Amino acid sequence: MNNIIIGQYVPGNSIIHRLDPRTKIIVIFFFVIFVFFANSVASYGLLVLFSFGCAFATRIKLEYIAKGLTPVWLLIVFTFFLHLIMTREGDVLFTIFSFPIYSGALIQGISISLRFFLLILVTSMLTLTTTPIEITDAIERLLQPLKKIKFPVHELALMMSISLRFIPTLLQETEKISKAQASRGVDFKSGPIKERMQAIVPLLVPLFVSAFKRAEDLAMAMEARGYQGGEGRTKLRELKIESRDRWTFLFFAVVIFCLFLTRA
Amino acid sequence: MDISFENVTFTYMPNTPFEHQAFHDLSFRIKSGSFVAIVGHTGSGKSTVIQHLNGLLKPTEGEVTVGDYKLVSDKKIKNIKDLRKRVGVVFQYPEHQLFEETVEKDIGFGPKNFGVNQEEVNKRILDSLSAVQLPESLLEKSPFDLSGGQMRRVAIAGVLAMNPEVLVLDEPTAGLDPRGQKDMMNMFYQLHQKNELTTVLVTHSMDDALQYADHVIILDQGTKYMEGPPADLFLKQKELQQVQLDVPEIIQFLFKVEEKFGIRLPYHGQSIEQLASELREVLRGADRLE
Repeated sequence: MNNIIIGQYVPGNSIIHRLDPRTKIIVIFFFVIFVFFANSVASYGLLVLFSFGCAFATRIKLEYIAKGLTPVWLLIVFTFFLHLIMTREGDVLFTIFSFPIYSGALIQGISISLRFFLLILVTSMLTLTTTPIEITDAIERLLQPLKKIKFPVHELALMMSISLRFIPTLLQETEKISKAQASRGVDFKSGPIKERMQAIVPLLVPLFVSAFKRAEDLAMAMEARGYQGGEGRTKLRELKIESRDRWTFLFFAVVIFCLFLTRA
Repeated sequence: MDISFENVTFTYMPNTPFEHQAFHDLSFRIKSGSFVAIVGHTGSGKSTVIQHLNGLLKPTEGEVTVGDYKLVSDKKIKNIKDLRKRVGVVFQYPEHQLFEETVEKDIGFGPKNFGVNQEEVNKRILDSLSAVQLPESLLEKSPFDLSGGQMRRVAIAGVLAMNPEVLVLDEPTAGLDPRGQKDMMNMFYQLHQKNELTTVLVTHSMDDALQYADHVIILDQGTKYMEGPPADLFLKQKELQQVQLDVPEIIQFLFKVEEKFGIRLPYHGQSIEQLASELREVLRGADRLE
């Protein structure tokens, strides 16, 4: 079950781990936009080089990152074939079962699935190297300007961090309860679909009961400690932009500049 | 059913950065009909061990045998349902597994899954309810309306209703008040004696292990540290302290007596009250001699 999580945080001390989370979010945000500007072999090559460079810099084993992307591979392959079959541009390269494959389709298929892969690789780098708490802190800080239009930035960040905080807890709980029910003869893995659907009930009911109970306990604990929203609240870990963050921005700007140079 | 572990190693999430070995090269035997306590500090691998007993986990290396069932890493277990029917596991905080609308349905859930017919299920519901000492008036109630202690008893009744041959208990008394703890342990001991139920108890309480078990296995950091009959094992104060385990109160008392009066009282399963009167007798006798 634990293998499903794409980009689960891996503790480490690499340069990427130590970057300010805001830097990572901003760079990735722009990377996501600029991926769509690539349109030549050289520009794609540049982006691939950049993404793999980042992946190496995290010092996380590449095979682990690849394993984490397993559920996405299927989608990438699917996208590739969809484009290969549906696009009708350029010359006919060859025919399979009287179905023509166009050269434009091949290019389209490769570039779309490559984009897709790069997007997921780079975004998973954020969650692989940043704790959920850091991410929400960074988002709260980045959204600060929205406070002027009465947007509840702090509450939103708090909601995010609470839900992120409880994902592993709920997963653990699910595993625990499904083991307890399996010991009472529930079969989650085989049997007719109808029976397997029914097998979910003994799992979901206790899970909801405990989730509500946890929510109540948490609310009580927060009130007991005098929590009353973000007004005047200070932080234990202040986010600070350091020189390595400035260098990262500069480096990223150079990459983007090169991207525009290499565009066809 | 006889249970044996032979050179068993278990690793969580192998080949990832989260790889973690729960225990290593573990071997022991549990005889059919015995009451075995597995004790050890948090993280010593106790809970992982018991998940092997009904095939929830399979050993990464080595071999686990439960009755006629062999569990090895690469082979799928046939009739796993049959194994789970015969090995009932009461997990920590079992009240978290309740989900049905009524107590009756929840207790009947296990046996129904194992294909027991309705008549027999009804009979077992009543039997196991009386075994956990709850009144029949609760049957129609929602399990979520009960008190914590009652919920736990209902959950345990749900496991007993499967009529298991082996009962595995993972800290069944955690979070109960002292009175409830004593009642519950006595209940399990009675079940063990009456039905010759092979019982495996995972516990933090050395006193429970001493009082109820006829064999104790001490785990430390994923390996077997010591094993043997509790009365021998718990006299080894130094060794126990090394793995941060306490000596049971009664044994501590015996040590104190020896320190203070220079008298060594033999331990043969007495309660603290019996021990006190024995001590009185011995001291009186000593007075008279003087």
